[in-house]
Amino acid sequence: MSPPNRRDDEIRRMLDTPHPLLPAGLAAAATARGHRILRRRRAVHAALWTLLLAAVVTAIVLAALMWPSSPPPAEPGTWWPPQN
Amino acid sequence: MPCHGGVGRRREAAETRRDAEFAAFVAGAGGRLLHSATLLTGDPAAAERLLLPTLAAVHAGWLRMRGEDPYELARRELFRRFVHRPWWRRPHGGVLDGLSPQERTVVTLRFFEGVAEEQAAAQLGLPEDRVRAIAARATAALRSAAPRPNRPAPLGATRAVPR
Repeated sequence: MSPPNRRDDEIRRMLDTPHPLLPAGLAAAATARGHRILRRRRAVHAALWTLLLAAVVTAIVLAALMWPSSPPPAEPGTWWPPQN
Repeated sequence: MPCHGGVGRRREAAETRRDAEFAAFVAGAGGRLLHSATLLTGDPAAAERLLLPTLAAVHAGWLRMRGEDPYELARRELFRRFVHRPWWRRPHGGVLDGLSPQERTVVTLRFFEGVAEEQAAAQLGLPEDRVRAIAARATAALRSAAPRPNRPAPLGATRAVPR
């Protein structure tokens, strides 16, 4: 975007010191941590799905048990159909 | 883990391949990322402490990538983690000694990683003018702080470039 700049090049040269050596066990440690993150994520997902399923089942059972029975039709006193 | 025949085996194979690809990625790009982290934190030990969770997050998200560049992902994660560090863990020392964390972020992203101004601004959530201003201020500070043996010489003189 901006034209090449001598001052920016100087900064780039200043930053581009020799790279530090990568520690030997870094990849293995990161892999182990990544596996742990994935395992934890999977456990949380399983727990949440189980909770959701349990909530749905409980709601259905409670609804079936506690559903208000429809009131029986009142025998007398209706004006329709006219009984005579 | 319930094994449904082919599904479990396929998943296991994918995870094995993921681990191999990740190891190759770290072997290839780890040095550059570690250098970025060292520039940011100014301290090799702190850089390693910053890089390890970054790489772990990249590893955890490896199978979710759909044709993205893992280096880009790791760089975003690294800078995001550095920007969101608590205020009491101020970086000091290193090549960029004396700069604020934000100036370190902008200078490293612009001049070491070579990210364009617009992308750096988008990644850091700043306006582009602000990124340009921060970079200009930081470069001025760096140039005035750096020991330059060729500074007193006039501009046309031959420049003795160290390193």
